Amino acid sequence: MNPSPSSPIQPTRTNLDPAFRLVTRGFAFLVLALLVAILGSLVDGAMPAIKHFGFSFLTSADWDPVAQKFGALVPIFGTLVTASIALAIGVPVSFGIAMFLTELCPAWLRRPLGVAIELLAGIPSIIYGMWGLFVFAPLFSEYVQPWVMDNLGGLPLVGLLFQGLPMGIGVFTAGLILGVMIIPFIASVMRDVFEVVPPMLKESAYGLGATTWEVMRNVVLPYTKTGVVGGIMLGLGRALGETMAVTFVIGNAYQLSPGLFNPSNSIASSLANEFAEAEGELYLSSLIELGLILFFITFVVLACSKLLLLRLKANEGKES
Amino acid sequence: MTNSLLYRRRRLLNTVNKVLSMLTVVFGLFWLVWILYTLLKLGLGGLSLSVFTQSTPPPGSQGGLANAIYGSVLMTVFGTLIGTPVGILAGVYLAEFGNRGWLAPTTRFINDILLSAPSIVIGLFVYEVYVVSVGHFSGWAGTLALSLLVIPVVVRTTENMLRLVPNSLREAAAALGAPQWKVIMLVTLRASKAGVMTGILLAIARISGETAPLLFTALNNQFWSSNMNAPMANLPIVIFQFAMSPYEDWHTLAWAGALLITFSVLTLNILARWFGSQQNQSH
Repeated sequence: MNPSPSSPIQPTRTNLDPAFRLVTRGFAFLVLALLVAILGSLVDGAMPAIKHFGFSFLTSADWDPVAQKFGALVPIFGTLVTASIALAIGVPVSFGIAMFLTELCPAWLRRPLGVAIELLAGIPSIIYGMWGLFVFAPLFSEYVQPWVMDNLGGLPLVGLLFQGLPMGIGVFTAGLILGVMIIPFIASVMRDVFEVVPPMLKESAYGLGATTWEVMRNVVLPYTKTGVVGGIMLGLGRALGETMAVTFVIGNAYQLSPGLFNPSNSIASSLANEFAEAEGELYLSSLIELGLILFFITFVVLACSKLLLLRLKANEGKES
Repeated sequence: MTNSLLYRRRRLLNTVNKVLSMLTVVFGLFWLVWILYTLLKLGLGGLSLSVFTQSTPPPGSQGGLANAIYGSVLMTVFGTLIGTPVGILAGVYLAEFGNRGWLAPTTRFINDILLSAPSIVIGLFVYEVYVVSVGHFSGWAGTLALSLLVIPVVVRTTENMLRLVPNSLREAAAALGAPQWKVIMLVTLRASKAGVMTGILLAIARISGETAPLLFTALNNQFWSSNMNAPMANLPIVIFQFAMSPYEDWHTLAWAGALLITFSVLTLNILARWFGSQQNQSH
């Protein structure tokens, strides 16, 4: 058995494997390069504003295109406040949904319910915004806001939060809609991590006579802590960067006030409203610097989320 | 006596929390149903044949959304065509060659961050690198922004789906003498066809509803235009512009557009899930 070089059974062919590997590697590298490019272009675009305002860009509440004075405090504040409201609403609800889907729900209902909740994430954000502006805000300003302001507005300290005009739009409405939008993201992470809890752990707690709530509270939650926090961070990352829904309902006003019913601005909504019409290098680059700040904050939050979820996965491997 | 009190308290707490948990599900579904109901109620009224045949009108006159629908379809198709191959190849690297070295874990990490990164920042990026250098807004700029949103979704699902393919398949193909690129292209990728399709559909669903990255890339165009090198009308921006306007007839058109967009996105989502379940059944 000594095939000659010209044998038809053994056609000579070039080995394409290294080339194929290199090409796919190149595309994987492209994803990395994309991040670097985004960061680089934002820093480059924001340079004039960074040079002109320096650190005071972060602490100044002025936003005056006519006088060419720009400060990011109001949008940053608005972004953080709306995202906090969103978490305050989204996290408990997501936890309840995940608990229902993993512990209480009959098996036949599990899939359709899960899909329905995930469809909330499928609705485009512009639809949330439009619906918030035309449907939710009028009802909210007519039925809920006056009552809240009459009953809570007079309280010391807390009352400050509930003053303003009952217009329906404002910081609270934006936060509420963001809260609904992030429910599917947090709930699906929580459901996934709850599902990896070894049944043996839960069964032994049930065997000792623990109630469903006690199993959730004392077995499932401690076991999945890092994953749950990772899911919450993912939701936070989403809420911080959400644009269109907030743009519709936040009211677009550069004012710093504790009132949750007052209009304000978030970083993303400032960009959406002003960027296409901004004139002058300083104005444009200030807006780009806002984008850079947003990208930086979300990057840190999402990176924390990812690290926490990875840690949960690593622990899982060790214990099994 | 104290025991039964404790028992009753534990039972009560359990019941209360179970009820609260059910209420949260109702809370979640409540918004979904409310939004869909609103869309049907306000959108169906504006939906007529002229929506698909006429271009966006000036305020106060008859018109439709034909140019916006056309622009959206064009940009979505090209965005998907550009983003998908990049995403699939990067996903192949992560799944098939990604067990050693620094590149794969780093890419996986960064990709997951890009997946949730604010889409408006992608718009800023394309504005900075493309719109500024070309000097004008254009359909291609919008396409580019959308394709950048496609990539992370496709990378993620492609990798996950390829990892579901049992190693015995790869080994069987390799034992027959197939080189690795053939094993991947003709065996593993083919075995996870439905899964990869899921990723592409999810990506299309995501970009067809995206507004923020188009605001300062594609901009808008009031007229019918198939010139990808000029500002281009698209459904999300038209909805944004019309909804924010004070004109009643523009609002009606905006709701019709909102209904169209939402139901196509939700259909794509459900289709993607169906493909995904096909994939899971085959293993």
